[in-house]
Amino acid sequence: MRFELTVNGRSSTVDVSPDTPLLWVIRDVLNLKGTKYGCGIGQCGACMVHVAGRAVHSCLTPVSRAAHLPITTVEGLSADGTHPVQIAWREVDVPQCGYCQAGQIMSASALLARTPKPTDEDIDAAMSGNLCRCGTYLRIRQAVHKAAALAAGPSTQPGSASRRGGRE
Amino acid sequence: MTMNRRAFLRVSALAGGGMLIGLYSRPALAQLRRPGPPPEPSAYIRIAADGTVTIMAKDPEVGQGVKTMLPMLIAEELDADWAHVVIEQADLDPAKYAMQFTGGSTATPINWDPMRQVGAACRQMLLAAAAELWHVSPSTCSTTAGRVLHHASNRSAGYGELAARAAALPVPDVSAVALKNPRDYRIIGHTQGGCDVHAIVTGQPLFGIDMTLPGMLYAVYQKCPVFGGKVVNANVEEVGRLPGVRHAFVVAGAVPDGEILAGDPGLLPGVAIVADTWWQAQSARKQLKVVWDEGKGAAQSSAGFAQQAETLSKQPPARTLRHDGDVDTALQHAAAHVEAAYAYPFIAHAPLEPQNCTAHYTDGHLVIWSTSQTPANGRGLVARTLGMPEDRITIHMLRAGGGFGRRLTNDYLVEAAWIAKTVGVPVKLLWAREDDMTNDYYRPAGFQYLKGGVDASGRLIAWHNHFVTWGEGDRYSPSATLSPTEFPARYVPNFTLGTSVMPLWLKTGALRAPGSNVHAFVIQSFLDELAHAAGRDPVAFRRTLLDAAPLPAPAPPAGPFGAQFDAGRMRGVLDLVAARSGWAERKTQAGRALGVAFHFSHLGYFAEVADVSVTAGHRVKIHRVWVAADIGRQIINPGAAENMVQGAIIDGLSELMAQEITLEHGRVMQTNYDRHPMVRLMQAPPEIDVHWLKTDHPPTGLGEPALPPIIPAVCNAIFTATGTRIRTLPLANHGFSWA
Repeated sequence: MRFELTVNGRSSTVDVSPDTPLLWVIRDVLNLKGTKYGCGIGQCGACMVHVAGRAVHSCLTPVSRAAHLPITTVEGLSADGTHPVQIAWREVDVPQCGYCQAGQIMSASALLARTPKPTDEDIDAAMSGNLCRCGTYLRIRQAVHKAAALAAGPSTQPGSASRRGGRE
Repeated sequence: MTMNRRAFLRVSALAGGGMLIGLYSRPALAQLRRPGPPPEPSAYIRIAADGTVTIMAKDPEVGQGVKTMLPMLIAEELDADWAHVVIEQADLDPAKYAMQFTGGSTATPINWDPMRQVGAACRQMLLAAAAELWHVSPSTCSTTAGRVLHHASNRSAGYGELAARAAALPVPDVSAVALKNPRDYRIIGHTQGGCDVHAIVTGQPLFGIDMTLPGMLYAVYQKCPVFGGKVVNANVEEVGRLPGVRHAFVVAGAVPDGEILAGDPGLLPGVAIVADTWWQAQSARKQLKVVWDEGKGAAQSSAGFAQQAETLSKQPPARTLRHDGDVDTALQHAAAHVEAAYAYPFIAHAPLEPQNCTAHYTDGHLVIWSTSQTPANGRGLVARTLGMPEDRITIHMLRAGGGFGRRLTNDYLVEAAWIAKTVGVPVKLLWAREDDMTNDYYRPAGFQYLKGGVDASGRLIAWHNHFVTWGEGDRYSPSATLSPTEFPARYVPNFTLGTSVMPLWLKTGALRAPGSNVHAFVIQSFLDELAHAAGRDPVAFRRTLLDAAPLPAPAPPAGPFGAQFDAGRMRGVLDLVAARSGWAERKTQAGRALGVAFHFSHLGYFAEVADVSVTAGHRVKIHRVWVAADIGRQIINPGAAENMVQGAIIDGLSELMAQEITLEHGRVMQTNYDRHPMVRLMQAPPEIDVHWLKTDHPPTGLGEPALPPIIPAVCNAIFTATGTRIRTLPLANHGFSWA
């Protein structure tokens, strides 16, 4: 069956069975590999994308339900990795293996879009649908706060991104 | 890569050759030796005419940070400009890189010297080239951030300008080059961000699962729900007609008796489905009907194992691994003694990236893209299974979404190779999460029956352990061992360790800090029981034990992995963690307490204190954790090191609370993260303080040794807070959950 999808502002038509999870359309039909498969049952959040601005598990979202709605994946957050959440993730050097981080970033960016100044409790609530097998949670919390500060403007900006994201 | 090869620094090959083999069990680790012949600089460093320095990362990256850390060692001694170093992942090439392996926290101890020597040798040649160019003595030249300087004449040249000239010079004796004084380090010891972090946060293809090739098909592989079961028949013709399915076929496979104890039984029987997309292959699987011959595994159950262990515990151990003094007499005369039965379950590795592998077979040549932690072992296994020479198999290494020991074995790799050879086009095999959870090399469960006694002064005088584990005859299942030198051996005058084994028809393997992740729980919990029985402070009791004069030990094997437990180093981290956590000044409060534990593993000394509260409803909150660590004189990448330790603590808490793999009728009952949960952000301790105790010893690894103490530290805190002693894991089985 054919579906019209708008992913990261680009429209495309895909021909897949209607029960195909959005995850597999994004990964294997549209060839955007940033969105990850981890569990297939909405437990880990590695597949998190924005559909109409909300963070959803793309592994549980049939493609038929996402058609005609704006979809954003980690590749579409910014053209060059300059979304405040991406900058903060680099500066804090959050990842260990890195596999869950696109999903974490999508949850964090959805949180900041509706709650620009989140408390620790807000972060706990918004980020607890994302598992990190390496246990980078303390840095995730730190990076969400940092992203909020970056987004708030230069007066509170702690520093600019370095290519390596190091904390020299 | 389109750079002019002649512009690269090239040096003649030094003697190479095999030095180490890919081993990971504890006895095998003890055999590891420092690489004999020095490495070849040109294998690691390329300097282009424009000055770009490319450093090869030789080992598999599974999230432990080695792709950044090993190049840091080279770049430091090369005096490269780190901000502009390009890091490139090497392919499997043992002739160039000798051992390419990730496991056992070995990357630092194996590579600390040779990688620095590679960088220093290269720097020395660039200095010599500049000196020759300027007709000055090399000793009057210096380097900084990718340039050679001659201060007296105010001349300088970039490495790129000197590379061609340097390549023509003789290669210095790599093992004899001068290394920097650590005071001059500008890269080592300074936090450097992960080299792939930009690709990660922008979602670029990077991991094994992201590999694509033109014309590639996708495969799933259905194995028997009971380990080793064979296919009697399957409706592959029907499945082959489903949408998108190109191939569906039975793979005979086999598990030779004994191979399961050797560690990697190889290609298991199953049914392969190959389709245009992974979702089509996975969907077709729902229509797959297989009649299995489940074999001998079907009789196994967790309840049955527990009964068997209980029976064995009533009998004398089948083998005695250590016998010091006279435990029975000492226990009779002890002022207080304790008996306790400890147990812990099988658990799964469950790295977030499910097992996968991409392979392409053409004209007798197989190319594999893999996330294996032991790619050389994988190549050997594929060669044996497919009956083809190793030199016809190329392995490219891709970043792995977590390892934790799961990717030490190569089952998914050999499955992908077999399927790719059968279908003749590029194939990506991807396991579903359910495949991963039910086909692991599980952390072995175990049962330990302990007796201990203290004298009137509160000193530990007797320790007896009957360890009921897995194996056959004199052989143990992988990672199901307990070393007779494990502390407190040698520090207790009357000490016995005996083992009895039960046969197991299930794969087991190394999970992060293998052995240690359970033995620390048992040993440090039981020590705590004895401290309380003696009426002594748990830290003071442990100090007395560490200060005891140890029984003599045989001379340790040579090399960096021969080091034996050093009570002084442990005393150092115990004192540090006690000081930082305010142990001496702690207040006793109903429902909230500190707990302490320490453990030595993978050459690292770790002592940890947890601040834990437990509600009346058994809800557990970890308020804070203090870690004191001695991994030698140098922390190479401090930010990444702290991240790794914090992650290890959280990993240990996941194991502690609710992870358990159980068997019924030979089947694994937990198939996904919902029933084998890990800690989530809101459950993680808000603070994990990491303190380094730098001692004058060579730097050692960090992937594993931080994990083991956290489990008993929390259990010991729970005892003080509630009076409940946790002797079996996980906590959830006792009604506990996260607050």
